[in-house]
Amino acid sequence: MTAPWTAGEEPRVYPIARSGDLVHIRQAIRTLSQECRLSLVDQTKMITAASELARNTLIYGGGGTVRAGTVSRGGKRGVAAIFEDSGPGIPDVEQAMTDGWTSGGGLGLGLSGARRLVDDFDLNTVPGEGTVVTIIKWVR
Amino acid sequence: MVKRDSAVDLVGILSVEDKDLASSWIREVSGTLGSRVGKAELDRELRELYEALVEALRQGATDVHAEQMSEVRALLTELSRNRARQGFSPSETAISVFALKRVLEPLLEDGSAEVVRAYLQLGRILDGLGLFTIETYTQTRDELISAQAEQLLELSTPVVRLWDGVIAVPLVGTLDSARTQVVMEKLLQALVDTGSEQAIIDITGVPAVDTQVAQHLLKTIVAARLMGAECTVSGISPQIAQTIVALGIEFDGIVTKASLADALKLALRRSGVDLVAHQGGQR
Ligand SMILES: Nc1ncnc2c1ncn2[C@@H]1O[C@H](COP(=O)(O)OP(=O)(O)OP(=O)(O)O)[C@@H](O)[C@H]1O
Ligand SMILES: [Mg+2]
Repeated sequence: MTAPWTAGEEPRVYPIARSGDLVHIRQAIRTLSQECRLSLVDQTKMITAASELARNTLIYGGGGTVRAGTVSRGGKRGVAAIFEDSGPGIPDVEQAMTDGWTSGGGLGLGLSGARRLVDDFDLNTVPGEGTVVTIIKWVR
Repeated sequence: MVKRDSAVDLVGILSVEDKDLASSWIREVSGTLGSRVGKAELDRELRELYEALVEALRQGATDVHAEQMSEVRALLTELSRNRARQGFSPSETAISVFALKRVLEPLLEDGSAEVVRAYLQLGRILDGLGLFTIETYTQTRDELISAQAEQLLELSTPVVRLWDGVIAVPLVGTLDSARTQVVMEKLLQALVDTGSEQAIIDITGVPAVDTQVAQHLLKTIVAARLMGAECTVSGISPQIAQTIVALGIEFDGIVTKASLADALKLALRRSGVDLVAHQGGQR
């Protein structure tokens, strides 16, 4: 899935290579969310979802990138972020999306929680090739 | 010995009779740096560098990494480090080297093929030296930044004693793994040092709580419990509360309070302190 990026506003690509990058990504998402005038609650939800997915990209995907920007559809605006890695992929998506399931030492709530925090959620993963997760939060 | 007799070798173009190239170089550089580096200091830095460079070339150095350039590299390292610490930009730093090329340009006017060749060769060497300054500069900057990040880790996590037996950590800003780890250790240590049995973790200043932050908080609280202390989390904003719920994090069994004041009241009550409000005027 690609996102309906707002015409004339190029999304920006941020690297996810070390834990310090997560701070930049949260800040970038915050700035975009404020520009779009998401409510304070929705800003916090979008930032938190991005933080979860970026950390998964780093820890399980072995690093990657996030492409983030504003999106438009049918007169509505929103913020989108696409997390991409060429790591091992997720062999059992249903299991990974289950609350509390973790292959590491996490709470196992990042993926399933992120889906509840945003409006659009799309997970595309191919074992051995990598994982792409797209999230969008629309302005209400 | 190196071709001392060749009329226009590299050393030759740097030591043209009756032309004080070093002085022109210093003038050129000081024009770009303004008054932020003292005249005398700059004069000394560049003259030393100039002499070292001439000497290195005399010994046959052909690029930055040459054995004969070690003195030049040492001086450039010092210069770059100083500039990085003084807050100059990378270009302001590298210009110190590149300005020498500009100073030598007039020599091209007499145009003999040998001079041009020597100039180009020296130009390549100077390019290498310029890049070397930028690398050293960047390295110094990186060192400064990580040192500051470490200091920040320490600075931003004070554990304060609110009352006898009651301590608090006000968390401010983004909580990454490293910082949360520091907070946790400090809090547990402070429980021991002060013999406190009540700890308050105030997250008013935290913009977002994700699963990692939550996990660190939960672990800290469990560890504190094992040490016989009770924790209260205060300052959970409405937007963070909603996000935590949507994420599915369970703070079951953990006492939370809207404000630090409420958390303190609770902690005092738990440690057996009675707060009595006096009526106005009565003492
Ligand atoms: N980009 C990815 N590449 C490969 N595997 C992944 C990726 N993202 C998630 N996973 C797998 O899905 C599991 C669940 O992820 P989720 O984010 O829900 O939990 P977690 O990261 O283990 O814990 P946390 O609650 O701290 O996020 C992970 O343990 C991991 O095995
Ligand atoms: Mg996760």
